[in-house]
Amino acid sequence: MPNPMRIRARSDGDIVQVRVLISHVMETGLRKDAQGELVPAHYIQLIDVTYDGRIVLSAEWGPAVSRNPYLAFKFRGGAPGGKLRVTWTDNLGETQSHEAAVE
Amino acid sequence: MCRHLPSWACAALALGLAVSAAGDDDRAVREIQKYRQMLQEANPAELSELRGEDLWHSPRGRNHVGLERCDLGLGPGRLEGAYARLPRYFPDTGKVQDAESRLVTCMLTLQGMTLEEATRDWHSPNSDMEALVTYVAGLSRGYAIDVPLSHPEEARMAAAGEELFFRRSGPLDFGCSSCHSMPGRRIRLQEVPDFPDPASARGAMTQWPAYRVSQGAVWTMQRRLIDCVRQMRWPQPDYLSDAVIALEIYLQRQANGGVMQAPGMRR
Amino acid sequence: MPHSRRQFLTSSGTVTLLTLMAAAGLLGREAAARQWNKSAFDSKNIEDLVRTLGGTAPERSDDIVFVGPEIAENGAVVPVEVASRLPGTDSIALLIEKNPNLLAANFTIPPGTLPEVQTRVKMAETCDVYALVRAQGKFYYTAMQIKVTVGGCGG
Repeated sequence: MPNPMRIRARSDGDIVQVRVLISHVMETGLRKDAQGELVPAHYIQLIDVTYDGRIVLSAEWGPAVSRNPYLAFKFRGGAPGGKLRVTWTDNLGETQSHEAAVE
Repeated sequence: MCRHLPSWACAALALGLAVSAAGDDDRAVREIQKYRQMLQEANPAELSELRGEDLWHSPRGRNHVGLERCDLGLGPGRLEGAYARLPRYFPDTGKVQDAESRLVTCMLTLQGMTLEEATRDWHSPNSDMEALVTYVAGLSRGYAIDVPLSHPEEARMAAAGEELFFRRSGPLDFGCSSCHSMPGRRIRLQEVPDFPDPASARGAMTQWPAYRVSQGAVWTMQRRLIDCVRQMRWPQPDYLSDAVIALEIYLQRQANGGVMQAPGMRR
Repeated sequence: MPHSRRQFLTSSGTVTLLTLMAAAGLLGREAAARQWNKSAFDSKNIEDLVRTLGGTAPERSDDIVFVGPEIAENGAVVPVEVASRLPGTDSIALLIEKNPNLLAANFTIPPGTLPEVQTRVKMAETCDVYALVRAQGKFYYTAMQIKVTVGGCGG
């Protein structure tokens, strides 16, 4: 698993609290490596979270989001067992999608 | 210049550290604690744990097998609570080993890697070794540190570690104890554990391996100790050397009874 | 089971998430087509950014709750939390005054999702961090200064 993702979704009555930790280098393109070479920009640009197929959050990110990004938010109308899916796409065209069930 | 200062402060100043007594930077410390609390909601080390689990099961090396038969002291493949009982003596190698060196043993004997292959990235951020140690340590969450020194080699290594801890040496006549053997010290707003005090030792050792905020990466205890020794202007000990493991078993022994919470978060 | 694949870039150099999600069979009917808003991320000040996002004259508001540390130990990882009490909030953006690019992230809040987000951002140096909220078509903001002990954008 080259890019693990930790998705935690817990329901509390009608509200689901979602916490996602994503593995991604989020390189700004401004950092130099040990040899003094600029490390090319490589960061998540688009991210969507769906619940049972409907979008519950979407975002556009720039390179200023931290490495191994963290995202937390809450939505209504979820229940234990419902399927949460997080999909991201980065500036190099790579994409990843992970699913987790609401607890 | 240094005659009027206690020797520890003099040496610390020589190293350019801003060492402050408890009470000086309380407000700043509170804000930093708030910063750390916000980060603790999701410790980036959790990603290392996931990667480590994946690596544990990945067929690698010449023998193209995973590490499932690796014995970390509780028997082949028994991981729960194993990290809390390390370092310890292993009859098959005849040595006292910590989690990291034991993983290397398994990579060599089970997976058929060379020593170079198994250890080449130990100091790189997000290395395979960091992920594996974090995974293994995470499986000791909730277990009490238990280093009984029941084998004579364990006792010998712990005694050597204690001696190293208190020894002052190098161009600054500095030792671990120069910073780590009195209560209430801070360096750059991070509390400095007082290892001769078991309560303080427990507070520290139960957090390692730890996500180091200043590095943006998880460090193992092995790596942390090697870097500490380097910062004292001592010659840097070799990776996996007896000197580091001796220090480690001494420190873990001091922390006996502490409940593992690793991976933790530190400056 | 997670899957990862390289996609061909469109001629404009950005990828349409819609296409990828459609290909993966992941879309519900409420999905909105979108591309990464390059000009928003290139904006140099808040007025230009708001104009790019289709608004005018952002107003300061006390109804935006911004939670952040006063001191960030590492500027590369600064936790921030924004909660909007403005009715009809449908987007929350984070702006970092002295970063090479002002806009750090822009979250779209669909109906049914609470108008609050938490994330972590990089700060080049001590400066103001803004939360920019769109509610009922108008833009509002609040700001907080965060001191950085180790800057986090390059080197």
